[in-house]
Amino acid sequence: MRHDQANPAPERRVRGDAPFLGAMVAVGLVYVALIVAMLVADASFTSIGAIRDALNDPNIRFSIGLSLITCTIAAVLSVWVAVPIGYLMSRFSFRGKAVIDTVLDIPIVLPPLVVGISLLVLFQTPPGRWLDGVFHSMMNALGFDSIRGITYEVPAVVLAQFTVAAAFATRTMRVAFDQIDPRPERIAMTLGAGHATAFSRIALPQAYRGMTAAFTLAWARALGEFGPILIFAGTTRLKTEVLSTSVYLEFSTGDIEQAVAVSMIMVALAMVVLLLTRLIGFGKGAV
Amino acid sequence: MIELRGITIRVPGFELRDIGFEVDQGAYATLMGPTGCGKTSILEVICGIRKPQAGRVSINGEDVTKRKPGERGIGYVPQDGALFPTMTVRDQIAFAMSLRRWDKKKQQRRLDDLSELLRIGHLLKRKPHGLSGGEEQRVALGRALAFYPRVLLLDEPLSAIDEATRGQMIDLLKQVREHEGITTLHVTHSSSEARALAGQALRLQNGMVVNASAE
Repeated sequence: MRHDQANPAPERRVRGDAPFLGAMVAVGLVYVALIVAMLVADASFTSIGAIRDALNDPNIRFSIGLSLITCTIAAVLSVWVAVPIGYLMSRFSFRGKAVIDTVLDIPIVLPPLVVGISLLVLFQTPPGRWLDGVFHSMMNALGFDSIRGITYEVPAVVLAQFTVAAAFATRTMRVAFDQIDPRPERIAMTLGAGHATAFSRIALPQAYRGMTAAFTLAWARALGEFGPILIFAGTTRLKTEVLSTSVYLEFSTGDIEQAVAVSMIMVALAMVVLLLTRLIGFGKGAV
Repeated sequence: MIELRGITIRVPGFELRDIGFEVDQGAYATLMGPTGCGKTSILEVICGIRKPQAGRVSINGEDVTKRKPGERGIGYVPQDGALFPTMTVRDQIAFAMSLRRWDKKKQQRRLDDLSELLRIGHLLKRKPHGLSGGEEQRVALGRALAFYPRVLLLDEPLSAIDEATRGQMIDLLKQVREHEGITTLHVTHSSSEARALAGQALRLQNGMVVNASAE
Protein backbone atom coordinates (compact mmCIF):
# COMPACT_ATOMS: atom_id res chain seq x y z
CA MET A 1 0.00 0.00 0.00
CA ARG A 2 1.30 3.46 -0.86
CA HIS A 3 2.06 5.95 1.82
CA ASP A 4 -0.87 8.35 1.97
CA GLN A 5 0.52 11.80 2.59
CA ALA A 6 -2.88 13.42 2.86
CA ASN A 7 -4.11 11.05 5.59
CA PRO A 8 -1.14 10.10 7.74
CA ALA A 9 -1.59 7.26 10.25
CA PRO A 10 -2.63 8.53 13.69
CA GLU A 11 0.36 9.13 15.90
CA ARG A 12 0.96 6.32 18.35
CA ARG A 13 0.67 7.43 21.94
CA VAL A 14 2.70 5.38 24.42
CA ARG A 15 1.16 5.08 27.82
CA GLY A 16 3.16 6.49 30.74
CA ASP A 17 5.42 4.11 32.66
CA ALA A 18 4.12 5.19 36.06
CA PRO A 19 1.39 2.50 36.48
CA PHE A 20 3.76 -0.30 35.52
CA LEU A 21 6.65 0.85 37.71
CA GLY A 22 4.23 1.72 40.50
CA ALA A 23 2.80 -1.82 40.48
CA MET A 24 6.32 -3.35 40.54
CA VAL A 25 7.34 -1.16 43.45
CA ALA A 26 4.11 -1.89 45.34
CA VAL A 27 4.52 -5.66 45.08
CA GLY A 28 8.20 -5.41 46.05
CA LEU A 29 7.43 -3.21 49.02
CA VAL A 30 5.04 -5.80 50.49
CA TYR A 31 7.92 -8.19 51.01
CA VAL A 32 10.40 -5.57 52.18
CA ALA A 33 7.75 -4.32 54.62
CA LEU A 34 7.25 -7.83 56.00
CA ILE A 35 10.96 -8.20 56.74
CA VAL A 36 11.26 -4.75 58.29
CA ALA A 37 8.09 -5.28 60.34
CA MET A 38 9.51 -8.51 61.76
CA LEU A 39 12.70 -6.74 62.81
CA VAL A 40 10.78 -3.81 64.29
CA ALA A 41 8.58 -6.21 66.27
CA ASP A 42 11.73 -7.96 67.54
CA ALA A 43 13.29 -4.67 68.53
CA SER A 44 10.18 -3.54 70.40
CA PHE A 45 9.95 -6.84 72.24
CA THR A 46 13.42 -6.57 73.69
CA SER A 47 15.50 -3.72 75.08
CA ILE A 48 19.02 -2.38 74.88
CA GLY A 49 19.45 -3.66 78.42
CA ALA A 50 18.49 -7.20 77.43
CA ILE A 51 20.90 -7.10 74.50
CA ARG A 52 23.63 -5.78 76.81
CA ASP A 53 22.87 -8.60 79.26
CA ALA A 54 23.07 -11.12 76.45
CA LEU A 55 26.42 -9.70 75.31
CA ASN A 56 27.75 -9.98 78.86
CA ASP A 57 26.60 -13.58 79.26
CA PRO A 58 29.68 -15.85 78.89
CA ASN A 59 27.51 -18.53 77.24
CA ILE A 60 26.32 -16.11 74.57
CA ARG A 61 29.82 -14.72 74.08
CA PHE A 62 31.11 -18.23 73.50
CA SER A 63 28.22 -18.84 71.13
CA ILE A 64 28.98 -15.69 69.11
CA GLY A 65 32.65 -16.66 68.82
CA LEU A 66 31.88 -20.24 67.83
CA SER A 67 29.31 -19.06 65.26
CA LEU A 68 31.84 -16.72 63.63
CA ILE A 69 34.51 -19.43 63.49
CA THR A 70 32.33 -22.33 62.33
CA CYS A 71 30.43 -20.29 59.74
CA THR A 72 33.67 -19.04 58.24
CA ILE A 73 35.21 -22.53 58.10
CA ALA A 74 32.00 -23.96 56.63
CA ALA A 75 31.83 -21.16 54.03
CA VAL A 76 35.48 -21.59 53.00
CA LEU A 77 35.00 -25.36 52.67
CA SER A 78 31.79 -24.80 50.71
CA VAL A 79 33.48 -22.53 48.15
CA TRP A 80 36.38 -24.98 48.01
CA VAL A 81 34.09 -27.82 46.81
CA ALA A 82 31.69 -25.55 44.91
CA VAL A 83 34.34 -24.24 42.49
CA PRO A 84 35.39 -27.62 41.03
CA ILE A 85 31.83 -29.00 41.03
CA GLY A 86 30.43 -25.82 39.46
CA TYR A 87 33.17 -25.81 36.81
CA LEU A 88 32.73 -29.48 35.91
CA MET A 89 28.93 -29.24 35.76
CA SER A 90 29.12 -26.10 33.65
CA ARG A 91 31.84 -27.10 31.17
CA PHE A 92 31.44 -30.83 30.59
CA SER A 93 28.64 -33.15 29.59
CA PHE A 94 28.90 -36.71 30.76
CA ARG A 95 26.78 -39.76 31.38
CA GLY A 96 24.81 -39.47 34.61
CA LYS A 97 25.09 -35.68 34.77
CA ALA A 98 21.36 -35.29 35.46
CA VAL A 99 21.62 -37.74 38.35
CA ILE A 100 24.58 -35.86 39.87
CA ASP A 101 22.66 -32.61 39.41
CA THR A 102 19.73 -34.03 41.39
CA VAL A 103 22.01 -35.43 44.10
CA LEU A 104 23.54 -31.96 44.52
CA ASP A 105 20.07 -30.57 45.25
CA ILE A 106 19.23 -33.10 47.97
CA PRO A 107 20.65 -31.04 50.87
CA ILE A 108 18.52 -28.11 49.69
CA VAL A 109 15.35 -30.16 49.42
CA LEU A 110 15.69 -32.32 52.54
CA PRO A 111 14.13 -31.07 55.77
CA PRO A 112 17.03 -29.85 57.98
CA LEU A 113 16.07 -32.40 60.63
CA VAL A 114 16.60 -35.21 58.14
CA VAL A 115 20.05 -33.87 57.23
CA GLY A 116 20.94 -34.01 60.94
CA ILE A 117 19.59 -37.53 61.43
CA SER A 118 21.38 -38.71 58.27
CA LEU A 119 24.70 -37.29 59.50
CA LEU A 120 24.19 -38.86 62.92
CA VAL A 121 23.39 -42.26 61.40
CA LEU A 122 26.32 -41.99 58.97
CA PHE A 123 28.78 -41.46 61.81
CA GLN A 124 27.39 -44.50 63.65
CA THR A 125 28.34 -46.82 60.74
CA PRO A 126 31.75 -48.56 60.90
CA PRO A 127 33.42 -46.19 58.36
CA GLY A 128 31.88 -43.25 60.21
CA ARG A 129 33.18 -44.46 63.58
CA TRP A 130 36.58 -45.04 62.04
CA LEU A 131 36.64 -41.49 60.66
CA ASP A 132 35.56 -40.20 64.07
CA GLY A 133 38.52 -42.02 65.64
CA VAL A 134 41.00 -40.80 63.04
CA PHE A 135 39.79 -37.24 63.54
CA HIS A 136 40.13 -37.59 67.30
CA SER A 137 43.77 -38.65 67.06
CA MET A 138 44.44 -35.93 64.49
CA MET A 139 43.05 -33.25 66.81
CA ASN A 140 45.07 -34.73 69.65
CA ALA A 141 48.25 -34.53 67.61
CA LEU A 142 47.48 -30.90 66.74
CA GLY A 143 46.97 -30.06 70.42
CA PHE A 144 43.16 -29.67 70.41
CA ASP A 145 42.67 -32.19 73.24
CA SER A 146 39.15 -30.99 73.98
CA ILE A 147 37.82 -32.09 70.58
CA ARG A 148 37.11 -35.79 70.96
CA GLY A 149 36.01 -36.78 67.47
CA ILE A 150 33.24 -35.39 65.29
CA THR A 151 29.76 -36.30 66.58
CA TYR A 152 28.53 -34.00 69.38
CA GLU A 153 31.73 -31.96 69.04
CA VAL A 154 32.60 -28.70 67.27
CA PRO A 155 33.48 -30.48 63.99
CA ALA A 156 29.88 -31.73 63.88
CA VAL A 157 28.71 -28.10 63.90
CA VAL A 158 30.95 -27.29 60.93
CA LEU A 159 29.98 -30.46 59.07
CA ALA A 160 26.27 -29.84 59.62
CA GLN A 161 26.61 -26.25 58.37
CA PHE A 162 28.82 -27.29 55.46
CA THR A 163 26.48 -30.06 54.26
CA VAL A 164 23.70 -27.60 53.53
CA ALA A 165 25.74 -24.46 52.76
CA ALA A 166 27.88 -26.23 50.14
CA ALA A 167 24.77 -27.12 48.12
CA PHE A 168 23.88 -23.44 47.85
CA ALA A 169 27.48 -22.46 47.06
CA THR A 170 27.61 -25.14 44.35
CA ARG A 171 24.47 -23.81 42.66
CA THR A 172 25.93 -20.30 42.75
CA MET A 173 29.26 -21.38 41.23
CA ARG A 174 27.52 -23.40 38.52
CA VAL A 175 25.58 -20.30 37.47
CA ALA A 176 28.76 -18.20 37.70
CA PHE A 177 30.67 -20.51 35.33
CA ASP A 178 27.63 -20.81 33.03
CA GLN A 179 27.76 -17.04 32.60
CA ILE A 180 31.47 -17.06 31.71
CA ASP A 181 32.11 -17.51 27.97
CA PRO A 182 34.07 -20.77 27.54
CA ARG A 183 35.63 -19.65 24.25
CA PRO A 184 38.59 -17.74 25.72
CA GLU A 185 39.52 -20.92 27.63
CA ARG A 186 39.51 -22.89 24.37
CA ILE A 187 41.63 -20.21 22.71
CA ALA A 188 44.09 -20.47 25.60
CA MET A 189 44.34 -24.17 24.85
CA THR A 190 45.29 -23.50 21.22
CA LEU A 191 48.03 -21.20 22.54
CA GLY A 192 49.61 -24.05 24.49
CA ALA A 193 47.67 -24.16 27.76
CA GLY A 194 46.29 -27.34 29.29
CA HIS A 195 42.92 -27.50 31.02
CA ALA A 196 44.52 -26.59 34.36
CA THR A 197 46.14 -23.41 33.05
CA ALA A 198 43.03 -22.38 31.12
CA PHE A 199 41.02 -22.83 34.31
CA SER A 200 43.38 -21.06 36.68
CA ARG A 201 44.41 -18.17 34.43
CA ILE A 202 41.29 -17.55 32.35
CA ALA A 203 38.16 -18.94 34.06
CA LEU A 204 38.95 -18.55 37.76
CA PRO A 205 39.87 -14.83 37.67
CA GLN A 206 36.51 -14.20 35.99
CA ALA A 207 34.69 -16.25 38.63
CA TYR A 208 35.83 -13.95 41.43
CA ARG A 209 32.45 -12.28 41.88
CA GLY A 210 30.71 -15.65 41.77
CA MET A 211 33.06 -16.93 44.45
CA THR A 212 32.30 -13.95 46.65
CA ALA A 213 28.58 -14.51 46.15
CA ALA A 214 28.96 -18.24 46.92
CA PHE A 215 30.97 -17.47 50.07
CA THR A 216 28.41 -14.93 51.28
CA LEU A 217 25.48 -17.23 50.64
CA ALA A 218 27.22 -20.18 52.31
CA TRP A 219 28.17 -18.07 55.34
CA ALA A 220 24.63 -16.79 55.76
CA ARG A 221 23.18 -20.29 55.35
CA ALA A 222 25.63 -21.63 57.93
CA LEU A 223 24.68 -18.92 60.44
CA GLY A 224 21.00 -19.79 60.10
CA GLU A 225 21.56 -23.55 60.31
CA PHE A 226 19.85 -25.12 63.29
CA GLY A 227 18.14 -28.50 62.74
CA PRO A 228 21.19 -30.53 61.72
CA ILE A 229 23.28 -28.91 64.48
CA LEU A 230 20.67 -29.71 67.12
CA ILE A 231 20.69 -33.39 66.20
CA PHE A 232 24.27 -34.00 65.09
CA ALA A 233 26.21 -31.65 67.38
CA GLY A 234 23.87 -31.31 70.34
CA THR A 235 23.23 -28.16 72.35
CA THR A 236 25.91 -28.29 75.01
CA ARG A 237 26.66 -24.87 76.50
CA LEU A 238 30.24 -23.68 76.09
CA LYS A 239 30.88 -26.57 73.72
CA THR A 240 28.64 -26.81 70.64
CA GLU A 241 26.39 -23.82 71.21
CA VAL A 242 26.11 -21.49 68.24
CA LEU A 243 23.77 -18.50 67.95
CA SER A 244 20.83 -20.43 66.49
CA THR A 245 21.21 -22.91 69.36
CA SER A 246 21.32 -20.04 71.87
CA VAL A 247 18.01 -18.70 70.59
CA TYR A 248 16.51 -22.18 70.92
CA LEU A 249 17.92 -22.70 74.44
CA GLU A 250 16.69 -19.32 75.68
CA PHE A 251 13.30 -19.86 74.07
CA SER A 252 12.90 -23.36 75.51
CA THR A 253 13.52 -22.08 79.04
CA GLY A 254 10.80 -19.51 78.52
CA ASP A 255 13.10 -16.48 78.39
CA ILE A 256 11.63 -15.04 75.22
CA GLU A 257 13.08 -11.57 75.78
CA GLN A 258 16.59 -13.04 75.92
CA ALA A 259 15.84 -15.21 72.88
CA VAL A 260 14.80 -12.14 70.91
CA ALA A 261 17.88 -10.25 72.15
CA VAL A 262 20.14 -13.01 70.81
CA SER A 263 18.17 -12.95 67.55
CA MET A 264 18.89 -9.23 67.22
CA ILE A 265 22.59 -9.86 67.81
CA MET A 266 22.43 -12.50 65.09
CA VAL A 267 20.80 -10.09 62.63
CA ALA A 268 23.38 -7.40 63.38
CA LEU A 269 26.27 -9.85 63.04
CA ALA A 270 24.95 -11.21 59.73
CA MET A 271 24.49 -7.73 58.29
CA VAL A 272 27.99 -6.60 59.28
CA VAL A 273 29.68 -9.71 57.88
CA LEU A 274 27.65 -9.72 54.65
CA LEU A 275 28.28 -6.01 54.06
CA LEU A 276 32.00 -6.44 54.69
CA THR A 277 32.22 -9.42 52.35
CA ARG A 278 30.42 -7.53 49.62
CA LEU A 279 32.63 -4.51 50.11
CA ILE A 280 35.77 -6.63 49.79
CA GLY A 281 34.46 -8.93 47.09
CA PHE A 282 32.42 -6.73 44.78
CA GLY A 283 33.96 -3.32 45.34
CA LYS A 284 32.19 -0.24 46.62
CA GLY A 285 29.58 -0.13 43.86
CA ALA A 286 27.93 -3.32 45.05
CA VAL A 287 26.84 -2.16 48.49
CA MET B 1 51.17 -26.48 5.01
CA ILE B 2 47.66 -27.36 6.11
CA GLU B 3 46.17 -30.60 4.81
CA LEU B 4 42.71 -32.01 5.52
CA ARG B 5 41.70 -35.47 4.33
CA GLY B 6 38.27 -37.09 4.63
CA ILE B 7 37.12 -34.84 7.47
CA THR B 8 33.56 -35.43 8.66
CA ILE B 9 31.98 -32.98 11.09
CA ARG B 10 28.56 -33.56 12.56
CA VAL B 11 26.95 -30.86 14.68
CA PRO B 12 23.29 -30.21 15.37
CA GLY B 13 22.00 -28.43 12.28
CA PHE B 14 24.41 -29.59 9.64
CA GLU B 15 26.92 -32.17 8.59
CA LEU B 16 30.09 -31.85 6.54
CA ARG B 17 31.27 -35.07 4.93
CA ASP B 18 34.60 -36.05 3.49
CA ILE B 19 36.11 -32.56 3.44
CA GLY B 20 39.57 -32.44 1.91
CA PHE B 21 41.83 -29.57 0.84
CA GLU B 22 45.29 -28.25 1.30
CA VAL B 23 46.92 -24.87 1.77
CA ASP B 24 50.49 -24.73 0.50
CA GLN B 25 53.44 -23.84 2.68
CA GLY B 26 53.61 -20.07 3.12
CA ALA B 27 50.42 -19.47 1.10
CA TYR B 28 47.58 -17.14 2.06
CA ALA B 29 44.31 -18.93 1.37
CA THR B 30 40.73 -17.81 1.87
CA LEU B 31 37.86 -20.18 2.53
CA MET B 32 34.61 -18.68 1.38
CA GLY B 33 31.06 -19.78 1.96
CA PRO B 34 27.71 -18.54 3.20
CA THR B 35 27.15 -17.88 6.90
CA GLY B 36 26.32 -20.95 8.96
CA CYS B 37 27.69 -23.54 6.53
CA GLY B 38 30.40 -24.84 8.87
CA LYS B 39 33.46 -22.70 8.10
CA THR B 40 34.15 -22.03 11.77
CA SER B 41 33.75 -25.73 12.55
CA ILE B 42 36.46 -26.53 10.01
CA LEU B 43 38.83 -24.05 11.69
CA GLU B 44 38.02 -25.54 15.09
CA VAL B 45 38.81 -29.01 13.80
CA ILE B 46 42.15 -27.80 12.43
CA CYS B 47 43.19 -26.21 15.72
CA GLY B 48 41.90 -29.15 17.74
CA ILE B 49 39.13 -27.66 19.87
CA ARG B 50 36.52 -29.68 17.96
CA LYS B 51 36.88 -33.40 17.31
CA PRO B 52 35.95 -34.53 13.79
CA GLN B 53 33.87 -37.71 13.41
CA ALA B 54 36.38 -38.96 10.83
CA GLY B 55 39.40 -37.85 8.84
CA ARG B 56 42.92 -36.52 9.29
CA VAL B 57 44.49 -33.11 9.84
CA SER B 58 48.15 -32.56 8.96
CA ILE B 59 50.30 -29.51 9.62
CA ASN B 60 53.56 -29.28 7.64
CA GLY B 61 53.22 -32.96 6.79
CA GLU B 62 52.77 -34.09 10.38
CA ASP B 63 49.51 -35.83 11.33
CA VAL B 64 48.17 -33.79 14.29
CA THR B 65 44.65 -35.29 14.44
CA LYS B 66 45.33 -36.88 17.82
CA ARG B 67 47.46 -34.05 19.19
CA LYS B 68 46.18 -31.63 21.83
CA PRO B 69 45.30 -28.10 20.60
CA GLY B 70 48.31 -26.62 22.37
CA GLU B 71 50.73 -29.03 20.69
CA ARG B 72 49.70 -28.23 17.12
CA GLY B 73 51.50 -24.91 16.77
CA ILE B 74 48.48 -23.09 15.41
CA GLY B 75 47.64 -19.43 15.90
CA TYR B 76 43.85 -19.07 15.91
CA VAL B 77 42.00 -15.76 15.74
CA PRO B 78 38.30 -16.42 16.42
CA GLN B 79 35.59 -14.24 14.97
CA ASP B 80 34.74 -12.33 18.15
CA GLY B 81 38.38 -12.11 19.24
CA ALA B 82 37.56 -14.05 22.44
CA LEU B 83 40.14 -12.02 24.36
CA PHE B 84 40.88 -12.96 27.96
CA PRO B 85 38.62 -10.54 29.92
CA THR B 86 40.77 -10.15 33.03
CA MET B 87 44.18 -9.79 31.35
CA THR B 88 45.88 -6.69 30.00
CA VAL B 89 46.66 -6.60 26.30
CA ARG B 90 50.34 -7.08 27.15
CA ASP B 91 49.61 -10.23 29.16
CA GLN B 92 47.39 -11.64 26.42
CA ILE B 93 50.15 -11.28 23.86
CA ALA B 94 52.76 -12.66 26.27
CA PHE B 95 50.47 -15.58 27.22
CA ALA B 96 51.77 -18.16 24.74
CA MET B 97 55.37 -16.96 25.17
CA SER B 98 55.28 -17.28 28.95
CA LEU B 99 53.73 -20.75 28.68
CA ARG B 100 56.76 -21.67 26.57
CA ARG B 101 59.05 -20.13 29.19
CA TRP B 102 60.79 -17.77 26.79
CA ASP B 103 63.25 -15.52 28.58
CA LYS B 104 62.06 -11.99 29.32
CA LYS B 105 64.25 -10.34 26.68
CA LYS B 106 62.97 -12.56 23.91
CA GLN B 107 59.38 -11.95 25.03
CA GLN B 108 59.93 -8.20 25.08
CA ARG B 109 61.51 -8.19 21.61
CA ARG B 110 58.57 -10.12 20.16
CA LEU B 111 56.10 -7.90 21.99
CA ASP B 112 57.76 -4.74 20.64
CA ASP B 113 57.88 -6.24 17.17
CA LEU B 114 54.18 -7.15 17.16
CA SER B 115 53.07 -3.90 18.83
CA GLU B 116 54.68 -1.99 16.01
CA LEU B 117 53.40 -4.26 13.25
CA LEU B 118 49.82 -4.28 14.59
CA ARG B 119 49.88 -0.70 15.96
CA ILE B 120 48.73 -1.72 19.42
CA GLY B 121 51.57 -0.19 21.46
CA HIS B 122 49.22 2.34 23.06
CA LEU B 123 46.82 -0.42 24.18
CA LEU B 124 49.27 -2.67 26.06
CA LYS B 125 48.19 -1.62 29.55
CA ARG B 126 44.47 -1.83 28.84
CA LYS B 127 42.07 -4.68 29.40
CA PRO B 128 39.78 -5.83 26.56
CA HIS B 129 36.69 -4.08 27.91
CA GLY B 130 36.11 -0.97 25.82
CA LEU B 131 38.40 -1.84 22.90
CA SER B 132 36.90 -1.25 19.46
CA GLY B 133 36.20 -4.14 17.11
CA GLY B 134 39.33 -3.39 15.10
CA GLU B 135 41.51 -3.10 18.20
CA GLU B 136 40.17 -6.40 19.52
CA GLN B 137 41.02 -8.12 16.26
CA ARG B 138 44.55 -6.68 16.23
CA VAL B 139 45.16 -7.80 19.81
CA ALA B 140 43.77 -11.27 19.03
CA LEU B 141 46.06 -11.38 16.00
CA GLY B 142 49.06 -10.42 18.14
CA ARG B 143 48.17 -13.04 20.73
CA ALA B 144 47.94 -15.72 18.02
CA LEU B 145 51.18 -14.72 16.24
CA ALA B 146 53.34 -14.21 19.33
CA PHE B 147 54.77 -17.73 19.60
CA TYR B 148 55.68 -18.06 15.88
CA PRO B 149 52.95 -20.62 15.12
CA ARG B 150 53.34 -22.88 12.09
CA VAL B 151 50.03 -21.75 10.62
CA LEU B 152 47.57 -18.94 11.22
CA LEU B 153 43.79 -19.39 11.16
CA LEU B 154 41.58 -16.29 10.84
CA ASP B 155 37.82 -16.53 11.34
CA GLU B 156 36.09 -13.60 9.61
CA PRO B 157 38.58 -11.07 11.00
CA LEU B 158 36.89 -8.16 9.23
CA SER B 159 33.26 -8.86 10.08
CA ALA B 160 33.20 -6.86 13.32
CA ILE B 161 34.96 -3.87 11.80
CA ASP B 162 33.30 -0.79 10.36
CA GLU B 163 33.62 0.06 6.69
CA ALA B 164 36.11 2.89 7.28
CA THR B 165 38.75 0.77 9.03
CA ARG B 166 38.21 -2.35 6.91
CA GLY B 167 40.61 -1.12 4.24
CA GLN B 168 43.27 -0.46 6.86
CA MET B 169 42.79 -3.94 8.29
CA ILE B 170 43.18 -5.52 4.83
CA ASP B 171 46.45 -3.58 4.40
CA LEU B 172 47.50 -4.76 7.85
CA LEU B 173 46.81 -8.39 6.98
CA LYS B 174 48.91 -7.97 3.85
CA GLN B 175 51.75 -6.55 5.95
CA VAL B 176 51.44 -9.46 8.38
CA ARG B 177 51.66 -11.86 5.44
CA GLU B 178 54.86 -10.19 4.22
CA HIS B 179 56.40 -9.77 7.67
CA GLU B 180 55.63 -13.22 9.08
CA GLY B 181 55.49 -15.32 5.92
CA ILE B 182 53.17 -17.71 7.72
CA THR B 183 50.81 -20.21 6.09
CA THR B 184 47.38 -18.65 6.58
CA LEU B 185 43.79 -19.83 6.21
CA HIS B 186 41.34 -16.93 6.30
CA VAL B 187 37.63 -17.72 6.51
CA THR B 188 35.24 -15.14 5.09
CA HIS B 189 31.84 -14.76 3.48
CA SER B 190 32.93 -11.74 1.43
CA SER B 191 34.28 -12.33 -2.04
CA SER B 192 35.81 -8.84 -2.21
CA GLU B 193 37.84 -9.63 0.89
CA ALA B 194 38.93 -12.90 -0.67
CA ARG B 195 39.95 -11.14 -3.91
CA ALA B 196 41.90 -8.47 -2.04
CA LEU B 197 43.94 -10.93 -0.01
CA ALA B 198 44.09 -14.43 -1.30
CA GLY B 199 46.75 -16.21 -3.19
CA GLN B 200 44.62 -19.31 -3.04
CA ALA B 201 40.82 -19.22 -2.93
CA LEU B 202 38.75 -22.09 -1.57
CA ARG B 203 35.00 -22.26 -1.52
CA LEU B 204 32.72 -24.32 0.72
CA GLN B 205 29.56 -25.18 -1.17
CA ASN B 206 27.06 -28.02 -0.83
CA GLY B 207 29.20 -29.53 1.92
CA MET B 208 32.32 -29.72 -0.25
CA VAL B 209 35.44 -27.60 -0.40
CA VAL B 210 36.41 -26.72 -3.95
CA ASN B 211 39.31 -24.74 -5.32
CA ALA B 212 37.90 -21.46 -6.57
CA SER B 213 41.19 -19.92 -7.72
CA ALA B 214 40.53 -20.92 -11.30
CA GLU B 215 37.11 -19.25 -11.42
